[in-house]
Amino acid sequence: MKSAVTLIAATTVHQAVRRKLVLMAAVACGGFLLLYGLAFAAAMANANNVINAASRLIQREAASSFMLLGLYAADLLTATIAILAASDTISGEIASGAMQTLASKPVARWQIFLGKWVGFVLLLTALLAVLQGGVMLIAWGFTGYSAPNVASGLGLLWLEMVVLVTITLLWGTRLSTLANGVLSLGLFGLAFLGGWIEQLGAVTQHVRVVQIGIVASLIMPSEARWRRAAFDMRSPLSAAVNFGPFTWASVPSGLMVVYAAAYAALALMLGLRSFATRDL
Amino acid sequence: MTSELAVETHTLRKLYGRKLAVSDCTLAVRRGEAFGLLGPNGAGKSTCVKMLLGLVRPTAGTGQLLGEPLGAVAARRRVGFLPEHFHFQDWLSGTELLHLHGRLLGMEAGRLRQRVPELLERVELGRQGRKPIREYSKGMQQRVGLAQALLQEPDIVFLDEPTSGLDPLGRMLVRDLIAEQRQRGATVFLNSHLLGEVEVSCDRVAFVKAGRVLETRDLRAPEAVTVVNVRARSVPRDGWGRLGIQGRRQDDASASDPAKGGDPPEAWRFELPRPELLPELLRLLVDAGAEVFEYTPRRDSLEETFLRVVGHEGDGQ
Repeated sequence: MKSAVTLIAATTVHQAVRRKLVLMAAVACGGFLLLYGLAFAAAMANANNVINAASRLIQREAASSFMLLGLYAADLLTATIAILAASDTISGEIASGAMQTLASKPVARWQIFLGKWVGFVLLLTALLAVLQGGVMLIAWGFTGYSAPNVASGLGLLWLEMVVLVTITLLWGTRLSTLANGVLSLGLFGLAFLGGWIEQLGAVTQHVRVVQIGIVASLIMPSEARWRRAAFDMRSPLSAAVNFGPFTWASVPSGLMVVYAAAYAALALMLGLRSFATRDL
Repeated sequence: MTSELAVETHTLRKLYGRKLAVSDCTLAVRRGEAFGLLGPNGAGKSTCVKMLLGLVRPTAGTGQLLGEPLGAVAARRRVGFLPEHFHFQDWLSGTELLHLHGRLLGMEAGRLRQRVPELLERVELGRQGRKPIREYSKGMQQRVGLAQALLQEPDIVFLDEPTSGLDPLGRMLVRDLIAEQRQRGATVFLNSHLLGEVEVSCDRVAFVKAGRVLETRDLRAPEAVTVVNVRARSVPRDGWGRLGIQGRRQDDASASDPAKGGDPPEAWRFELPRPELLPELLRLLVDAGAEVFEYTPRRDSLEETFLRVVGHEGDGQ
């Protein structure tokens, strides 16, 4: 029954609008992009002053680095909003009892879960498009710079957000809102830390340290998506000399991308099953 | 062939971890009747209802709802439900909530445009339907909850403590709504700990204690236990036992004061297994030489039966 999934997805979006989630996200995005735009303009003006005689290539490098910095900050903001927004939707409705009237209707439990998942993915896709797209537009507007591999880079960031939403909805079928938020943010933090540990291990050539970082990425493959996206969207010069603020000593492989997609699919399946079999 | 029973369960049992919530929920609810589930707080009434609706999976036992296995989506199409701890999407207005639930029930948009205002009027919310539910009082939320339970004119309506947030007028409304559902042939399953509410609205009632359905009583049946209060002098001390009648003196026998002009009439309470024994008991008393001043038959009240079957509040845990 496709219409039930569509109806619940539409209701999830409607709820986000009515409960001012969309408004607050728009305010946060607006503030972020305004601040970023001002900083970008100031940085590029300084760069022009300092390297007045330098080649256009170096100016493009500065624009690329600043754009990746903006994408990184936007990625953290998107991930945090994704976890906070999704952590209450299933567990909160179970705790309040609102889920009982929904689940007693002629709708399968999996349709309720899938409808909410679709609703959140749509909302966060829009958020990602506005934030990451905004950062790229600012870079292009001030310097005319556009990153390579934008589609695959944004696709990886989207996959990271899907992993986070799915895992948060999965925990929401069994944990309270607070416990769910703590666990999901904790896992995101673990992945963040694991990513940097992996880099540190690669730079210092400690295989075991690299392995610890990889294990963290296997437990929660969110940060690895960002690192792969930044790798794909780095400037041609940075790629050629393998140097830059977002040039990684250890780059997640294509297999890791497949793993993240499989991870999200498995989390979705487990969420559907967990919600279908739990008592309300 | 359509089953005559709207609800049929056999030894449904529910364990939450090691905690036993329901040990034996065996019920048979006929189509078209108003059925009450009575028991003290914590007796397992709500868990029984949730198992019937597929919200809670039984640990053991089997059952059918409207001829379908428990939890089947097909049966839920014909079910209305007002939960005990009702909480709705409070960011919606009453009208929007009913439209959402109606669409989940598969109702056509045209039918909903006609049915929603009609129901809002019926539960006396009328124009309040446009207000967000978060601005509703508890009673108003319960009324809109009743409306969503009746949206598609279901074959069976489960009402779990439907009057908990209502004032006396609201309680009368619930009583009328239950009567209307029965008139159109729907089954009503009323879950309550309010004896008066169940006594007025229901045809039959099941008593639940400590997660077990102990007894089912037909509130409309003539064979229900009948009680007679008697005030008489010289009441024989036996003779009624052979008829299956139980008698007990109610007043204090030592309180008689001969100085006040003979023995005062004694107060007796007799429990008859059948109302047909009423004239026989009177004849037996008179034939035995009793002087009968008062002979007042009355049915055993639901409260008395409740206390007899379930015991005092708090025993149900």
